[in-house]
Amino acid sequence: MSETKFEPKIIAFLCNWCTYAGADLAGTGRKEYQANVRIIKLPCTGGIDPLFLIKAFERGADGILVSGCHPGDCHYNSGNYHARRRWNVFRPLLEFCGINPERIQFSWISAAEGGKWVETINGVVDAVRALGPFEGYQKLNTMGPDISGEAATSGETG
Amino acid sequence: MIEELRKKAEELLRSDTVKVVFGYGEGSTPERTRPVFITKPEDVNKLTWNKYCVYNLTTYLKRQETRKLGKPAIIVKGCDAKTIIVLLKECQIKREDVYVLGVTCDGVGEPLATKCKACDVNTPRIYDDLVGEKIENKEIPFDERYAELDEYEKLSEKEKWDFWQKQFAKCIKCYACSSICPLCFCDRCIVDKNQPQWIDPSAHPRGNLSWNVTRAYHLAGRCINCEECQRVCPVDIPLNLLNKKLAKETEKNFKYRSGYNIDDELAMSTYKEEDNQDFFK
Repeated sequence: MSETKFEPKIIAFLCNWCTYAGADLAGTGRKEYQANVRIIKLPCTGGIDPLFLIKAFERGADGILVSGCHPGDCHYNSGNYHARRRWNVFRPLLEFCGINPERIQFSWISAAEGGKWVETINGVVDAVRALGPFEGYQKLNTMGPDISGEAATSGETG
Repeated sequence: MIEELRKKAEELLRSDTVKVVFGYGEGSTPERTRPVFITKPEDVNKLTWNKYCVYNLTTYLKRQETRKLGKPAIIVKGCDAKTIIVLLKECQIKREDVYVLGVTCDGVGEPLATKCKACDVNTPRIYDDLVGEKIENKEIPFDERYAELDEYEKLSEKEKWDFWQKQFAKCIKCYACSSICPLCFCDRCIVDKNQPQWIDPSAHPRGNLSWNVTRAYHLAGRCINCEECQRVCPVDIPLNLLNKKLAKETEKNFKYRSGYNIDDELAMSTYKEEDNQDFFK
């Protein structure tokens, strides 16, 4: 088991108009990047509910990348600005709950920045690989509902 | 002050300005109070006011049962009045549909409630009529207002995780936190939706984390820190720490304090081009 190398699972939430096209460009440009990423294409970063990210962790993601258009370039004019506000408070909240902020990363990548996509995603994969699997969260999945220690011992009903 | 409050309530009911007065009444023991809904002028003696009036009555503005009673006059402390400002901003109530009977307050609870320790709204910031001696609202510096968070923010990542997991593991998903919250007013909460099921409905550690994080996040830039969620929590999860953390971030990043100024734009429904983006690659 210990000899199996850990490969992180990265979920990338990308906006249809910029970063997805940027990733596509990296592909058509035959650029190589690490294959740990699973891309989910969405119309706009402004439409990403923080629950998407929580769900990704619940389902076993080790790291997440959220990426969209550069400020001022949003296809819907202001979606990415709204998204940025959200992440400004959501990120510290997760950090406060003990989730390493390196596991959730954000970037602006335009449709012309295939190179930046490769660089960013490699960066995320490397960072998360260094952190190791998100055991804390993954453990929650396999736990039974908490019958707290005290209750279980004091109220032995057999 | 109680007499003055009763007199005001009686006047309002007699003149038919309002149909009902939401106020505090005596509880089952002297150190308890309970909400009362006065609809007849002769009942105003049921109203009381003392340091045990901890609750935020504005939660009754969102409920069907109490909405049915007609236009209310509502007794609010400075902190509760902040909810009125948020509800107005979020178009949940109309200004003319509620009569705000403010009371000045120099702290409630025995021992003093946490929310009162750094109070800067002794006199409500919105009211139609004020009962009690006006108290000059002090200015409290940023750090002092969020001092409660310091000891938790200092913890290491693992300590934070362990602390919150221990807390969330206690959650029995009774949803008292969102039922009591005057600002959790969706008819259908995200936890009630099951296609797709975003949050596990069972009291399982996995769903408990998503629920508690989501509940707090849905109040980001909105929560006015009345601490009712924490007070009603049957398993004593310090929910207000999460709310307070979000309030701190909102203030730090957007210079916005929920419920303080009716002219401020709601933090999460607007944006500025120069918003912080240090953490973006």
